[in-house]
Amino acid sequence: MPIAYSMAAGMGGIRTAGDLVMWMQLTRKMKLAEAKQYVAEKLKVSLMDMVDECVMRDLRKDLGIGTITALPGAAKGIEAKCKIAELLGININCVNKFKERAGLLVPATERVK
Amino acid sequence: MVKDVLTRMGDGQRIKMSPAQIKEDLLAGTKDAADRGRIPELGSSELEQLFEIIADKNRIVGVEPGEEIVFTDDDTVVRARDDEGAGGGIGLPISRMLAILVHERAYAQDSALIDSAASVNVMEVKAEIAGEMTAYETASLLTTIPLLYELSPALLWYFRPLGPYGNPADLLPQGKIQEARDAQEEAAVHLMNDLIYIGEQLSSIGCDCFNLDTTAASGDAEFYGVLKAVSKLKEVAPNMAVEMGMAGEFVLGMHGQIKFNGQRLAGMFPHQQVKVAEAAGVDIFGPAINTNCSESFPWNIARTVTFVKQTVIVSNIPVHVNAGMGVGGVPMHPTPPIDCVTRVAKAMVQVGKVDGL
Repeated sequence: MPIAYSMAAGMGGIRTAGDLVMWMQLTRKMKLAEAKQYVAEKLKVSLMDMVDECVMRDLRKDLGIGTITALPGAAKGIEAKCKIAELLGININCVNKFKERAGLLVPATERVK
Repeated sequence: MVKDVLTRMGDGQRIKMSPAQIKEDLLAGTKDAADRGRIPELGSSELEQLFEIIADKNRIVGVEPGEEIVFTDDDTVVRARDDEGAGGGIGLPISRMLAILVHERAYAQDSALIDSAASVNVMEVKAEIAGEMTAYETASLLTTIPLLYELSPALLWYFRPLGPYGNPADLLPQGKIQEARDAQEEAAVHLMNDLIYIGEQLSSIGCDCFNLDTTAASGDAEFYGVLKAVSKLKEVAPNMAVEMGMAGEFVLGMHGQIKFNGQRLAGMFPHQQVKVAEAAGVDIFGPAINTNCSESFPWNIARTVTFVKQTVIVSNIPVHVNAGMGVGGVPMHPTPPIDCVTRVAKAMVQVGKVDGL
């Protein structure tokens, strides 16, 4: 059933920018149109390009926000989410906790050498 | 010559209907929703749009480019790992971690969900919370899409014989109405405290969203307990979103007098449920409109879209309609037919104007 829904009406997650729109709904309670507009502006693409996997695959790779196909050395998981939080200007809870635990919130000059 | 259209009943059985019959059922469905919910019926152009979607000769239909929406769900792990049961599982010998990655990478979904490995009982999840937190942390390191933690906040586990409180199902037939209300109120407070505890623990390890699915399955007292828990969680765990998915279109008045913010919860329909959810601090709301197996798919989809459209209009937060087996217009069948599933998606987007499914 998720595959059927995805084919019929889905943005396709990290194939395009569905996850990014989802982040805006979760962190800012944005309704769909506002969330899509916000994300498109942050990505500096049109709304149509934002849902085009042929555009988004390369853009996501260049921005380091994760691609759906496996690319060695490309940002994945928490790495990608760190970049997503920065790109969208939002607080992502798991990113903040990761940075806190990894000591990344501490200025580099004060980290243990 | 006007051809009959291949469609289905609410139980998935394939039937043929003439265009006139379909239009009659569409009208009857929207009227049913409008009467029950005291909301506007769908207009003639909207009904015509639904007719075109249903009568489309293709097996699979879709939205136009640019109309795409996003999805949350309640079933990422259960769907892959479990038996058919209530979630239509496909019984793969697969870990929660792998199921989530398949959901993200193979199914290309916009979010994923992790739920308890062992239990649907809130009290048991609370007892195993350390393991749940560890599982969430590990999965969160590898996922790029938002990862939700799902719980069904079922009040029934708090009633005897499984829980400590009197069971309304026993008390009400004995005419012990006040005792039944008292038991539900006490159980709701216990549920609220358990949800707050679990939510705080999850937020402390970076949970992106707490998904409270099938809210109000046990009626208005359960709805009250969940709303109070969400209100508190928004104070103590402000960085964790909350999604609330409902159990049904109508909040059962098992208590009958319980209120939230001065509003009686019993009898609420989706367009009313979303407003109290919003007031509590919910970030995404998921209405559930039940499929009537004795009526046709056209009847069910018109009825569902009527409720959903009004809910979206009044809501200030994203609305993700529950659209699964037996809800959202989807036929009640363990293998929901693709022809109906894709038509539900298209109808929800183009007529219901939803923010997601």
